[in-house]
Amino acid sequence: MKLPLSWLRDYVDVTLEPAEFAKRVTDAIAEVEGWEVIGAGWDPALVRVAEVLGVEPHPNADRLRLATVDAGEGPRTVVCGAPNVAAGQKVAFATEGATLIDGHTGKPSKLKLRAIRGVDSAGMVLSEKELGISDEHEGILVLPEDAAIGAPLVEAIGDVVFDVSTWANRADLLGILGFAREVAAVTGQPLREPDRSYSPSERQADEFVSVTIEAPDLCRRFTASVIEGVAVGPSPPWMQQRLIRAGMRPINNVVDVTNYVMLETGQPLHAFDYDLVRGAEIRPRRARPGERLTTLDGVERDLDPDMLMICDGEGPVAVAGIMGGGNSEVSEATRTVLLEVANFHPGSIRRTSTQLRLRSEASLRFEKGIGPELASHAQARALHLLERVASGKPAAGLADSFPTPLPSPAITLPAARIEQVLGIAIAPAEVRRILEALGFEVSERGDAFEVTPPYWRPDAALPDDLVEELIRVHGYDKLPTTALRGALPAARPRPLERVRERARALAAGLGFQEVVSYTLTSAEALERVVAPDDGDRAKPLAAVNPVASQRTYLRTSLRGSLLAAYAANRRHEDAAMRLFEIGVEYLPTEADLPHERPVLCAVLGGQRLERWERPGPERLDFFDAKGAVEALLDGLGVAGAFTPEEGHALLPGHTAAVSIGDETAGVVAQVHPDAAAAFGIEEPVFLAELWFEPLTRALPERPDYAPPSRYPEARRDLALLVPEATPAAALLDVIGTHRARGVRIGAAVFDEYRGEGVPAGRKSLALALRFQAGDRTLGERDVARIEQGLLRRLEQDLDATLRS
Amino acid sequence: MSTIEAEVDALRAEALDALARAGGEDEREAWRADWLGRGDGRLTLRLRALKDAPPEQRGELGRSLNALKAALEAALETEREAARSGAIAALSADAALDVTLPGRPQSLGRLHPVTQTMNDCIEAFAEMGFRVFEGPEVEWSRYNFDAVRIPDDHPARDMWDTIWIDTLIDGERKMLLRTHTSPNQIRVMEQSEPPVRVIVPGKCYRQEATDATHEWMLTQIEGLAVDEGVRMSDLKGALYAFARRLFGEDRRIIFHHSYFPFVEPGVEMAIDCFLCRADGSDCRTCHGTGWIEILGAGMVHPEIIDNAGYDSSKHTGFAFGVGIERVAMLRWGIEDIRHFYQNDLRFLRQF
Repeated sequence: MKLPLSWLRDYVDVTLEPAEFAKRVTDAIAEVEGWEVIGAGWDPALVRVAEVLGVEPHPNADRLRLATVDAGEGPRTVVCGAPNVAAGQKVAFATEGATLIDGHTGKPSKLKLRAIRGVDSAGMVLSEKELGISDEHEGILVLPEDAAIGAPLVEAIGDVVFDVSTWANRADLLGILGFAREVAAVTGQPLREPDRSYSPSERQADEFVSVTIEAPDLCRRFTASVIEGVAVGPSPPWMQQRLIRAGMRPINNVVDVTNYVMLETGQPLHAFDYDLVRGAEIRPRRARPGERLTTLDGVERDLDPDMLMICDGEGPVAVAGIMGGGNSEVSEATRTVLLEVANFHPGSIRRTSTQLRLRSEASLRFEKGIGPELASHAQARALHLLERVASGKPAAGLADSFPTPLPSPAITLPAARIEQVLGIAIAPAEVRRILEALGFEVSERGDAFEVTPPYWRPDAALPDDLVEELIRVHGYDKLPTTALRGALPAARPRPLERVRERARALAAGLGFQEVVSYTLTSAEALERVVAPDDGDRAKPLAAVNPVASQRTYLRTSLRGSLLAAYAANRRHEDAAMRLFEIGVEYLPTEADLPHERPVLCAVLGGQRLERWERPGPERLDFFDAKGAVEALLDGLGVAGAFTPEEGHALLPGHTAAVSIGDETAGVVAQVHPDAAAAFGIEEPVFLAELWFEPLTRALPERPDYAPPSRYPEARRDLALLVPEATPAAALLDVIGTHRARGVRIGAAVFDEYRGEGVPAGRKSLALALRFQAGDRTLGERDVARIEQGLLRRLEQDLDATLRS
Repeated sequence: MSTIEAEVDALRAEALDALARAGGEDEREAWRADWLGRGDGRLTLRLRALKDAPPEQRGELGRSLNALKAALEAALETEREAARSGAIAALSADAALDVTLPGRPQSLGRLHPVTQTMNDCIEAFAEMGFRVFEGPEVEWSRYNFDAVRIPDDHPARDMWDTIWIDTLIDGERKMLLRTHTSPNQIRVMEQSEPPVRVIVPGKCYRQEATDATHEWMLTQIEGLAVDEGVRMSDLKGALYAFARRLFGEDRRIIFHHSYFPFVEPGVEMAIDCFLCRADGSDCRTCHGTGWIEILGAGMVHPEIIDNAGYDSSKHTGFAFGVGIERVAMLRWGIEDIRHFYQNDLRFLRQF
């Protein structure tokens, strides 16, 4: 909302500098987002108010005229090109040396006077553009009539316009009077109410028009007044100036008065041409099926039966609380005005304006909730102004339908509640001062205050609402900082989150950079990594109104996000990249919120850095991905088992499922080159995924422990020939389960070899064996005997023979 | 001079001479074997032959030979020590490194700046006894809006532009991407009894155009404390501790009036601008006001307390919501919020 300081000062004295004013308002009332100073560059001695005494033609130019102006020093002649200059006007007048905006270049420049077409000019009568107020340069700026001749222009029309953001529950702050009331309360100044007096004619308003509310649930009150003898024309300069500064466009005096009163009070009004209201009756009712109305913006609107219409004897003339209809619009021809000031159900106005996609200054106010009592005050104020600026004669009284006035219920505020909520007490006198300044009625009853909110504060209903009024005006700076007291809640175990956060730290420690991606993606990106028959993952949830079409679907896999990030970074990264993200897969669930399945996804690939930090000849491969998973699981205290697997978008023969005990907890794979290429990745790229739910279930509460042996272990290296298809893990499994008189045998593979010296169809696996007894040092012969037994077992189970 | 002395002196001279000519550890070892070798070192043999010496010479000869053995061992040790320190001296002088050459590259991962900032926030509140709770990102409209007093036709809904999920349940659209972490106030209170002291981290979503300070996906941390005797001054104390923890011990905070339907009173908290320190300059961060708005907060609305089955006449509470990206931007001077989710390593590697 635009808040001109000059207008605000009609109702309350403000002496604070703009910055201090803005701070005080922001602290206690509403957020000041900025302000604009009007007239900061106007030199008080050089830019002043003048009166135009007369206008004559220029002797040497048809399009120029000579104006005689008086700026307090007697008549002087000025050459003027503006078409609208006229005797009797108050104008802005600049003399030599004044800094003005050049009408052509738009840049500030100093006024230098010279003869124009042979006539000397004593100064310049200024347009809005030359004053830097607007781009208007056609005519000169006409000042309000009460501007004092010779006064510095900055005193006459200088201003500060604040840009204020108010709250969704405070329609009253969208009226400058309501705002002034708050400023008065905060600064301790009195509030001046505007003049609402007028001289009614003999005839009563309800002789002109009848009001019948047919939908009292949507229309809480409807008042109509009638003004005869209206002369429709431009409103006076002071009113136009205020409307413009508040951000509205002047239309004509009647419409301007309705807007002016709305800006002042927060209560929207609507003026009809009385003679176009058919049947001299007003019926607020729901729209009938098929009814249509062309609103003032020229758009024909389809109406539906949930919408409240203002109707005359024949049909809709306005969409209630939102916009009037073109069929009853005030025009130059209007002689009698019917002025509507009504009160509507806030939710209904909001629903209708949302449905019609039509937000207006009126609807923005109604939807926040306005007290119905405000209607008659706004009527009186508008009639006061119409009498003065449109020469109208108001009929007496109002045609007023107010079916069920509900007095604001009193709120009981126990004095102790203030301290209970805030932590500080506020003295009863201060409580009373603050609430009364804001318009509340206060009486003390024992240890409590009985508080009746004013009609313009329908938002205030509970004791804590009053506590807020008190502390914001009293000052949040008076609130001390204290520490929470009392017992701490019991901690709940969160095993999954613990594992997840541990894995996050481990992944970073293992050299992976954490990324965070948008969780919404496109169907195409998802299809690259999710098989069409992959159950819930193939049926992602969609957003109705995504921010962009490629952000429509909630991802059911993180792979696409990671591969896209990999591809994007590959454009400027030469060497190996390791990325990971921890997020959730949003898996649809019938008639319920989706299952948000937590997962870690990592991708890696590229050339390993050599000693000089340049990409070396060796690329990351499957075993880098697997090694990372093994290390991560090791860090979590478990060992995973890896078995061949196939998966969508994964390269067969280069894919392993990761399981822990009975749980399948993840996958390690080379991304299928076709899938990688779909993301623009033209090199081998690998991924690993771990799902935290099975991982958490499979994790032991604590790792297995055995004390370190006091006896040395014996080591033997040997090479075994096995059928080519035998996985190394099969050997290790047999060795791991082999028992020989209390001796534990550990084994690690340290080479895989095919070729010369190895028979066709077989491969050689080199094993490093460790033998450890818990109770003795093993001798050569012990080890040889155990090794023989182990070799027999391996030959029986796996057709493995010692390579000689 | 006795013949024994002369003989031993000759041996000594010969041995030391040989030792002096031994260059390198291999030759020294050969010399040792030659002279002191256990089996057939010359001196060893000589000592072994003592028993054959005339008994009257045996004493003197034994002493002399043993003294010679000790002297040779000491000489060897001295040579070895000299060689070792010579080698070390050579290592530190002739083979001195250019320590300004780069280290051997290691692969180092980092946590995302939002994660780092979130962890710092969680830690700050955990120290005040807050427990972490997590709720769903895809949320019921009922929790996101209605239960926190933002009914369907309320203009406060304009404060949260919503991304809705395309699912109809009983003919109605009820699912959305949560616009804030506040629905978890309700979820937490449904599941627990006072005292409640939780923080809820998580992603939130807004249907809005992005620019340098607005992003449609964002990360929040919600705080909630409900118990008998929780006061707004406690809120101020908790947020003061948080602000100092994240932005420096000399930070100051202010509250100013604000409106959120689920709190009463409602405030916005600002910290004093640590960039310009309110020096009146045209500061880009605080716009010359000297204060930077950080978060929204307030006392939990009594209707929400009562709806949770608590007693608002007894139990009071506070709640707050912090935008993590905003905190991270302030900490590191990041100029554009859109950097966070582009996953550009040139950005991410800096944190």
